[in-house]
Amino acid sequence: MNRPVFLSPEDIETTCPYCGVGCGMTISSKTTPVESDSFEVKVKGSPSHRANYGKLCVKGSSAGETVDFTGRMLHPQIDGNIVDWETALNDVAKTFQNTISEYGADSVAFYVSGQFLTEDYYVANKLIKGFMGTANIDTNSRLCMASAVVGYKRAFGSDTVPCCYEDLEHADLITLVGSNTAWAHPIIYQRIVAAKKQNPKLKIVVVDPRRTATCDIADLHLAIKPGMDAALFNGLLAYLNQQKALDLDYIQKHTEGFESALQKANELQGNVSDLATQCDLNETDLQQWLYWAVHTPKMVTMYSQGINQSSSGVDKSNAIINCHLATGRIGKEGMGPFSITGQPNAMGGREVGGLANQLAAHMDFSDPESIDRVARFWQAENMAQQNGLKAVDLFHAVGEGKIKAIWIMNTNPVVSMPDADKVKRALEKCDYVVVQDCMQDTDTTRMANVLLPATTWGETDGAVTNSDRTISIQRQFMQGPENARPDWWILSEVAKKMGWIDAFNYDSAVDIFREHAQLSGFENNGSRDFDISAFANITKQEYADFKPIQWPVNASARNGTHRMFSEGRFFTPSKKAQFIAITPYSPLSQQTEDKPYVLNTGRVRDQWHTMTRTAKTAKLMAHKNEPYITLHPDDASLHQLSEGDLVRVSNELGQLIGRVDISSSQRRGEIFVPIHWTSQYASHGRVDSLIQANVDPLSGQPESKHATAKIERYSAQWQGFILSRTAINPELFDDDYWVKITGKQFYRYEIASERALKNSQAWAKIILSSSEDTEWIEYDDTSCKQYRAALIKNDQLHKVFFMAADHKMPSRDWLGQLFSATELSPIERRSLLAGKASGVKDPGRMICSCFGVGINTIIEAIEAKDLVSVDAIGQALKAGTNCGSCVPELTEILAVELNSDISEKTG
Amino acid sequence: MKPKLILVGTGMAGTRFLEHLLEEAPNSYEIEVFNKEPVGGYNRIMLSPVLAGEKTIPDIMTHDEAWFEERRIRLHTGKMVSAIDSVGQVLTTFCGETYFYDKLVIATGSNPFKLEIPGADLPGVVTFRDIRDVENMLSVSQNHNKAVVIGGGLLGLEAAHGLIKRGMDVTVIHRSEVLMNMQMDKESSQLLKSHLEQESNGVSGMKFHLGVNTTEILGQHQVESIRLDDGSEIATDLVVMSIGIRPNTQLAKQANLDVNRGILVNDFLETSAGNIYALGECNEHRGQTYGLVAPLYEQAKILAKRLAGQSVSYTGSITSTMLKVTGVNLFSAGEFKGENGADVIVFRDLAKNIYRKIVLKNNQVIGALLFGDTTGANWLFELLRQKQNISPMRDTLVFGPGY
Repeated sequence: MNRPVFLSPEDIETTCPYCGVGCGMTISSKTTPVESDSFEVKVKGSPSHRANYGKLCVKGSSAGETVDFTGRMLHPQIDGNIVDWETALNDVAKTFQNTISEYGADSVAFYVSGQFLTEDYYVANKLIKGFMGTANIDTNSRLCMASAVVGYKRAFGSDTVPCCYEDLEHADLITLVGSNTAWAHPIIYQRIVAAKKQNPKLKIVVVDPRRTATCDIADLHLAIKPGMDAALFNGLLAYLNQQKALDLDYIQKHTEGFESALQKANELQGNVSDLATQCDLNETDLQQWLYWAVHTPKMVTMYSQGINQSSSGVDKSNAIINCHLATGRIGKEGMGPFSITGQPNAMGGREVGGLANQLAAHMDFSDPESIDRVARFWQAENMAQQNGLKAVDLFHAVGEGKIKAIWIMNTNPVVSMPDADKVKRALEKCDYVVVQDCMQDTDTTRMANVLLPATTWGETDGAVTNSDRTISIQRQFMQGPENARPDWWILSEVAKKMGWIDAFNYDSAVDIFREHAQLSGFENNGSRDFDISAFANITKQEYADFKPIQWPVNASARNGTHRMFSEGRFFTPSKKAQFIAITPYSPLSQQTEDKPYVLNTGRVRDQWHTMTRTAKTAKLMAHKNEPYITLHPDDASLHQLSEGDLVRVSNELGQLIGRVDISSSQRRGEIFVPIHWTSQYASHGRVDSLIQANVDPLSGQPESKHATAKIERYSAQWQGFILSRTAINPELFDDDYWVKITGKQFYRYEIASERALKNSQAWAKIILSSSEDTEWIEYDDTSCKQYRAALIKNDQLHKVFFMAADHKMPSRDWLGQLFSATELSPIERRSLLAGKASGVKDPGRMICSCFGVGINTIIEAIEAKDLVSVDAIGQALKAGTNCGSCVPELTEILAVELNSDISEKTG
Repeated sequence: MKPKLILVGTGMAGTRFLEHLLEEAPNSYEIEVFNKEPVGGYNRIMLSPVLAGEKTIPDIMTHDEAWFEERRIRLHTGKMVSAIDSVGQVLTTFCGETYFYDKLVIATGSNPFKLEIPGADLPGVVTFRDIRDVENMLSVSQNHNKAVVIGGGLLGLEAAHGLIKRGMDVTVIHRSEVLMNMQMDKESSQLLKSHLEQESNGVSGMKFHLGVNTTEILGQHQVESIRLDDGSEIATDLVVMSIGIRPNTQLAKQANLDVNRGILVNDFLETSAGNIYALGECNEHRGQTYGLVAPLYEQAKILAKRLAGQSVSYTGSITSTMLKVTGVNLFSAGEFKGENGADVIVFRDLAKNIYRKIVLKNNQVIGALLFGDTTGANWLFELLRQKQNISPMRDTLVFGPGY
């Protein structure tokens, strides 16, 4: 049955599929079990989950709208032909077996995902490291928090997040470093906002080259020069020492290596004035932060991809951790160095050891005893003995032909890897590419020899761990496509066909979770942080009733562990935490005459990763719907660019085309591009095709936040858009610019071309595939280079096309609404190519996605009703009162409106 | 004693003039009116529905004898004025009666053109101008079933439509490739043609021969067929000539007024003779003659005010056509063809038989043609007349107001 079927008569507690906050969700049993293509489930925040206490962000709130089967992979396929599971599994098993026997174990690789459930991760890791005999398994988590892992391990001897979310509520100073929390982790942001309301003493400092939406609640924004974070925290260490703010007792009792770390800091960043220059910061601002840091014991430093995605990300982590160790601000309420992960189960991946430089259950290849222990536990036939290749090296080896068979699971490296075009070429050349995914068409599934359809969120059970070590279960609430299978099942079946029947004989997820828990406690005796041996005998029923809990969970901590290192005991051989002497260095890719701009990347509020899920819902596409390039007003005028113009960003690796977004939030000479767009949604939107594959030498994490490039105007001869009830084959657009945006019952394409159109009508008829059973309506103003056409089928709007010399065309919103109409009224039909209803006001760009409130409506209400606060806007229009994600933008709009109001009155 | 005003002709211009005059200057004149037709005033535009059987003659009477009587206007019906003595200010009727006037308004309208070809005077050859023509056609249609209409202008098509509704098999012959070429371009003409060719509600479609001239009308005692310059011959029992009109200047010529195509008038609608005015289709103003009702109404109003002693003048009319041709709405105005490098904006919804076209020069509307959907016609016509710069609304102009 390839229609979604809702399963449960009762509400189901599950976990959000998106970011590392790991919010609890309740799937309402009130979902009507309709068997239609437009299937949706009702989702609300789970009030009892300690990550979110009932709140959900806009992405989470609309997760229920993404569970239909549109675009799903429905069958196993070999070389484009549908096959049955038996054939597909045999093919994979045989090919991996033959490759290993012919070229050795290191000729095969897995590339997996932080969206894997823990059980899937566990089986993949066990199969390749214990039985295939190589550690060539890496994961997209490499791109996300590998540096944080190594940073923690260097300092604590273990990959341990010391903090819990409650620390944010207890802190008096939160420094957010390289984290646009407001957009990337909205529920954590909401918790901080609430904490600040409760505790007016709480100071929020944002360290980020960009003035992001997160700065909205900041008492101080340090717009640091990109890459200078390690210097900043070295400077803090030196300053803490100068101000005698160190906890010498703690340093002496619980740490090692302090002297050399301080010496290095003093030597390089010992002078505040010099530090301000190095970091390109206003000295007074810097002084302010340093002052707060000295005088605020309850200090949390929260960091994310801005720290991790760097060629010196590990050092940056340790520079931060050094400051917490030196003040003893760790393991106590409201304190600690807190790394926030981007994926729902990056942490689960770390737990099972699903990275090339991990073994399993927080054990490493560096220790022969550990290798032996894991081999014995698994009864492994071919235990890998050393680290495998990390992501960048792994795909490099694919390109060089050293890896001959690769199995990619639930991730999209052709989009997300740095130098992404090179990854694409490598996969094109590779002998055998297996791609296991829930979606049929991704940039990576296109590269596959074998496609294996996986179940996804809501269709299977499995554990995930969030950023503060809370293990929750993602539960099945609906039936997936008939031929889709859980990832662990697919992996186990291949393993069995390769001859390892007993080792992979799992009936359900709980069997795997139980084994995972047993391994965590196996010969542990307090030597390893990750220990969930309390679940070593978990039953099926207990797993079904599993309540979120923070690891470790063992005999001495039955109820889990909120905070780590409270007693100052660490997992290093000496049981002491390690200071690391840090020599900061600049990002590897430097600006040149040919590449004068620093290119920074990141997320947008309503999208997630490569958009395979978020782009399915119109609601989430309404906020930012085209790839864009944010740049400083001075840089814009230098290139004579205006808001909404198209611009090409390029360097030696590739190019990207997007809309100009002018903002003083950007530093001069630096541009920002979002990470999300793929070839499925944009012609030239893959920013990773421009990212030089510079990696951190210790973590192997790429410097995705810092590339260099040039920008130039994309000289569009014409621009246009199409709204279409059915998807359009993008090949029809040739090499022209296009972006695909999901609407409600339609797809929208924004298009532009550097080539003039000779015959607009002929082109439109091909693109819209006009046919006998359709009616054609058109508008032609040749002298103004305007052409518009619509295709009507059975009195319904089927497709509509607008073309003009520039981007100034009517708002697409009104036209989009017409796709929901069962029949066009004569007035609608006449107004169609006018692009708007006669006499009806245009709500403008969508700001509040939850309630569909546009910018024009908001501005009008502010003016008409004299609204002076975001709350007042909320009361008047409901905007911002659901998920709150748009509150920063509402604040900004309000500020602009109130300002212009004042200048009108005084001017 | 009130001055005496005589009006010759109770067509649409003349009667409208009287209404305005009575409003502007009640009781100022003693009024006498002459009409060659044996009736009062009627709406000539409505003759087509009468022919089609949708209306009757009484339905279309606008000014019957009672109307004149109530307003103490002396109406002479069926009386042709045969001569004017502009010096003595006297006019004479065919019967030899004479009437003095202080002011004379000539509103004699126009006469239909007739082709001067062999057989043009055969019985069964008619024009389409007045009630008598309608009666002629109706009597033929009762006993015969084939008709040819020469002329694919508005009137010709309406005659053809009426005759089809009366059960006749009708062929339209037109010199131009474009039907209604005074109001339409080729594209709209094709739309109209295919619309008219279709059979609908059991009424058969029209047949067309476009781009041809009629060379001869054949028949012994009665029309039997026509011959075209492409050599073809079409059998018919009735020939309706509808190839245009010519101002009726006979009386003016006789009175030695200055006449060109029409009776020449200045901006006060005065002819070359004192106290004689010419109004409507019979006049020629600034080189222009008019065949549409709107300019005639404008002239009627100006002249009434003038004769009420107001200092107004007529500077000419920009014409537009707003009409319904056999169920299809049509509006056209100005230079709707869009030639000579003008900008053209076109909207087509051919499945709904809609075609709208705006012609612009320097971002001013200089012409418009709305076919099938005339929404916003008045608004567009205002923009055209006021020569407004339409740049801010160019994107939606063709769709009408309100965007």
